Amino acid sequence: MLDPIVLVETDMESLHSQLGGLQYDNAPESAAIAKIKKEYGLFINGQFTSPKDHKSFFTINPATEEKLSKISQADANDVDAAVQSAKRAYEKVWSKTTGPERAKYLFRIARLIQERSRELAVTETLDNGKPIRETRDIDVPLAAAHFFYYAGWADKLSFAGYGADPKPIGVAGQIIPWNFPLLMAAWKLAPALAAGNTCVLKPAETTPLTALLLAEILQQAELPDGVVNIITGDGSTGAALVEHPDVNKIAFTGSTGVGRMIQQRIAGSGKHLTLELGGKGANIVFEDAPIDEMVEGIIDGIFFNQGHVCCAGSRLLVQESIAEDVLRRLMRRVEQLRVGDPMDKNTDVGAVNSAEQLARISELTATGEEEGATRLTSTCVLPSKGFWFPPTVFTNVSQSHRIAREEIFGPVLSMLTFRTPEEAVQKANNTNYGLACGVWSEKGSRTLWVAERLRAGVIWANTYNKFDPTSPFGGVRESGFGREGGRQGLEAYLNV
Amino acid sequence: MTSSALRLVTPDSTGIEIPTRKNLPTFVTESGLRTELKKLSGIDAVGAEARIAKLSTRSLKKETKKYAIDLAISMVDLTTLEGADTAGRVASLCTKAMHPDANNLSVPSVAAVCVYPDMVANARAVIGSSPVHVASVSTAFPSGRASLAVKLLDTKDAVEAGADEIDMVIDRGAFLSGNLFKVYEEIVAVKAVCGTAHLKVILETGELVTYDNVRKASWLAMLAGADFIKTSTGKVGVNATLPVALVMLEAVRDFAEEYGELVGVKVAGGIRTTKDALKYLVVVNETAGSSWLTPEYFRFGASSLLNDLLLQRTKQLSGNYARPDRFSGD
Repeated sequence: MLDPIVLVETDMESLHSQLGGLQYDNAPESAAIAKIKKEYGLFINGQFTSPKDHKSFFTINPATEEKLSKISQADANDVDAAVQSAKRAYEKVWSKTTGPERAKYLFRIARLIQERSRELAVTETLDNGKPIRETRDIDVPLAAAHFFYYAGWADKLSFAGYGADPKPIGVAGQIIPWNFPLLMAAWKLAPALAAGNTCVLKPAETTPLTALLLAEILQQAELPDGVVNIITGDGSTGAALVEHPDVNKIAFTGSTGVGRMIQQRIAGSGKHLTLELGGKGANIVFEDAPIDEMVEGIIDGIFFNQGHVCCAGSRLLVQESIAEDVLRRLMRRVEQLRVGDPMDKNTDVGAVNSAEQLARISELTATGEEEGATRLTSTCVLPSKGFWFPPTVFTNVSQSHRIAREEIFGPVLSMLTFRTPEEAVQKANNTNYGLACGVWSEKGSRTLWVAERLRAGVIWANTYNKFDPTSPFGGVRESGFGREGGRQGLEAYLNV
Repeated sequence: MTSSALRLVTPDSTGIEIPTRKNLPTFVTESGLRTELKKLSGIDAVGAEARIAKLSTRSLKKETKKYAIDLAISMVDLTTLEGADTAGRVASLCTKAMHPDANNLSVPSVAAVCVYPDMVANARAVIGSSPVHVASVSTAFPSGRASLAVKLLDTKDAVEAGADEIDMVIDRGAFLSGNLFKVYEEIVAVKAVCGTAHLKVILETGELVTYDNVRKASWLAMLAGADFIKTSTGKVGVNATLPVALVMLEAVRDFAEEYGELVGVKVAGGIRTTKDALKYLVVVNETAGSSWLTPEYFRFGASSLLNDLLLQRTKQLSGNYARPDRFSGD
């Protein structure tokens, strides 16, 4: 039994007193930039339907609980109309559009995303609760980069390694989560369109706004009608899309539970499927790691996007010899994180996306304490309205604790220790998931030795949560199958 | 590593008694020093630069900005290090240092003027007993290519002429060829002749090149008794950069935690705008913390920066940009 690592309450106070004396005044981005409409219809066949024709629900700002806009709920008939529109566009237009032509549209979309980047960033922050710094510097630029990247592939599919003249699949039904609304839309649409498919995209119920703004961008780009249809709604809309007989391919990013359900429902239908599901990523830290950058990497790994990241480094595996030093440095950084108004340019950690997610995070963290782990929480002051959870680290976590096994999908890190590289690998792999891991060491040979033995789709070395359109992303085991990004990402949308 | 008092025999065989410092170990052998430096963690260059890219997006507004601009002004080491320096130029620089804005006496004075050793007496004559410090570069600045005897004499000269801060250079040649103990001994010796004058040790990070070297040199200089570690002479191609400042600030933070001694950081060369200066202050704020946010522990070695700070200060107060000619050239 290891000696428990103790970092008591008074230590947190002393850590806080060492922090910077420069108190940043508010630096809010203007919400007016978003130009959010009062209500939205569905985007079918190149047009928005009338919101009056649909049942509706509100999307709210999770940082203030204020209603942002009234969103249409697509029912089975609407799903059918969207799929028929996509099918028509596939047969009559998009399957006959040449690669260079398709590339032209993708380049246009990419440039329009860049042009309207500020509007997209503000809209995303309002709807999702993530800090404006992240939407501005990560979500939106990466979304544009994905369109640029796949625009380049559109006329080079014969050289992608999937045969001389690979064919598209047809109509792709794409269901995306609320953690990276615009970016996930880009990850799904860009390769699908480059490969020659048409799409019906369903954004998450709580974050539909940037997808609807993207619909406006598609109109602006004069993308032929019906090539992309965007329908909003809850789980029932997604279910109708999954079960529609004219959908040829389902691409889903979300929870492992829903992914499993989808796979069962389409079994035997001949539909293609790719799933990008949950994770319980391990960040493995060896004693020779570059210590300051490693601490930043742990912070980025778990507190980026409030920890609402499927590949989040939610388990920290630290070599025992440096565990105390790492914990002290880590908590100093945790205490320094600026939690609050997502629209403030200096905010590091924003709001949890929904009351439902907050409840789940709270429930799981409560089990952490009940099961005997030690909870260390930032002393940051949380806003009174909205959904918030303070950055939290658990020490003295054992492998059998729920917080070490289940995906929390929030700003909660579980710290475990190891003694040898073998033990690190064994602990990292002791999970049902297999999406991402990080390895921190200045010794290249050890990094490679460990990476070779980790069962995960993505391994980062001396970094974490780095995304690039040229690099394939996806998981193994309960984290799903199929890859997004890179040449490999085309395979999901080609009949190979 | 031992704590016995060290007597350093200098080339002119006068010898220098090295004062024992309260909290720091004294190294009398190369291997002891090496063992100490080996414990330093490596630096991942990509990660360090990514950290800076992130910190550079901090947005300082309103009162924070006003406060930070005044703080930056008070941290300037107003510098003239030209072959063409004259008593007149140094005098006008000193006047400016004490009252940076002749039209507005609420502007704080800068931290110090920084001149060549032979100009120290001229500077001191103008500065007198004002709180502005007189800093002198020394040890055959900027290259440091002279014997230890010459370097010590250079330093003594400046101190005797009235310098209360000495900016010495390390022997980069010795550092890069692995002769770390020589670098250490030189700093120890210069520190000894400084007396009460504060010692700033210039690492010339542009010549050390790697961040690992910067961390190692920072630690070595602090062990040898530096009161400040300073990035650059301003005389080579690459001067202060934000990632280098980050590495040095991490070093002083860690050193304070380990030995209980606060060592200052001076960034020098190439910092010309208020925007740049504020970025450095953000890095100080979020790396080393509030203890370093004072002129006692953080400095900007610069000349043209001051007028931009004054320009932006006026803008913050009046809402309008003043004509650059409103502020004196030097």
